[in-house]
Amino acid sequence: MSGAGARENVFATRMALTNTKLRLKGAQTGHSLLAKKRDALTTRFRTILRKVDEAKRKMGRVMQLASFSMAEVTYATGDIAYLVQEQAKQATFKVKAKQENVSGVVLPAFEVDRVSGSDFNLTGLGRGGQQVLRAKEVYAKAIETLVELASLQTAFTILDEVIRATNRRVNAIEHIVIPRLENTIKYIMSELDEMDREEFFRLKKVQGKKKRDTAARDAESSAKDQVLQEVDDEEGERAVDLLSSKDDDVIF
Amino acid sequence: MASASFKDRNLIAVIGDEDSITGLLLAGVGHINEQQKKNFLVVDSKTQVSAIESAFQEFAGRKDIAILLINQHIAEKIRPTVDKYQQAFPALLEIPSKDHPYAQDPSKDSVLKRVQKLFGD
Repeated sequence: MSGAGARENVFATRMALTNTKLRLKGAQTGHSLLAKKRDALTTRFRTILRKVDEAKRKMGRVMQLASFSMAEVTYATGDIAYLVQEQAKQATFKVKAKQENVSGVVLPAFEVDRVSGSDFNLTGLGRGGQQVLRAKEVYAKAIETLVELASLQTAFTILDEVIRATNRRVNAIEHIVIPRLENTIKYIMSELDEMDREEFFRLKKVQGKKKRDTAARDAESSAKDQVLQEVDDEEGERAVDLLSSKDDDVIF
Repeated sequence: MASASFKDRNLIAVIGDEDSITGLLLAGVGHINEQQKKNFLVVDSKTQVSAIESAFQEFAGRKDIAILLINQHIAEKIRPTVDKYQQAFPALLEIPSKDHPYAQDPSKDSVLKRVQKLFGD
């Protein structure tokens, strides 16, 4: 009964029992809270999962479009790769990270932060300027999609990790902490019951002893009484004799 | 987690073939910092796998990069490294290139692989 399963090393006292019961209640509350958190995160995770899948497909299409406009540029202007690579100095297309809070988990979300720069203004000045401009726009759109996908993916990675940690905690509480506390409570209860029985037995013993003592005392006293009675009887007889017999000597 | 550190990450790094890089640079992602380090790497048929790998590690280790884009066919070359990459920052994203249309094959995408695995069970 008490030996089954792991339990905490406590003395079996009423105070320890109260404490353990409180801790068990706390563990149960924590368990339900964590389970709720896990459910909320999982719901969020599922939505993100679907979005990631969608965004991946969209990215495929968008990048195809972008590649096509790049091909147009190459056709119109010739190879501008070297020029573009050498002209890149400062990023005008940046991302900004902002936070989003999902039941205590901070999820970063990237936002496009575009500064209208004057980069590559001279590219394709001779010919194909239109195409270059269009390619720029198309690629900017494509990168927006990519940024969106990246933030989804980051959220995905973080949520995955957090859900795993939460699951571990939920399982630890459910399968280790709560059974152990329950075992401790059972142990303390059984010990206290044992003590109760001992106490009861002891009291019974004491009572029995007392009864025996009383009986003995009674017997003794009754024996004494007997003796006294006999004495009394004798005296009584005499007394009766005294009362019943008329004494002529008494005047009144 | 790295809650404070992602605030100052704002660059997009690219490892890709010439066309992809050119397009992305046209949009304005190119950046060269004080140490003359570029945030992009052009990969062609002559680029060594070790060079790609070291660039990948460098970008992954930089503190100012928020998103790391890599062409899927290049990611394929350093697949073990990419698969091992689990960090949240920078976010790794595999993108299709002109010559290699995007493969929806989950076995070729480390994230899709995980998505598939999670949907599976």
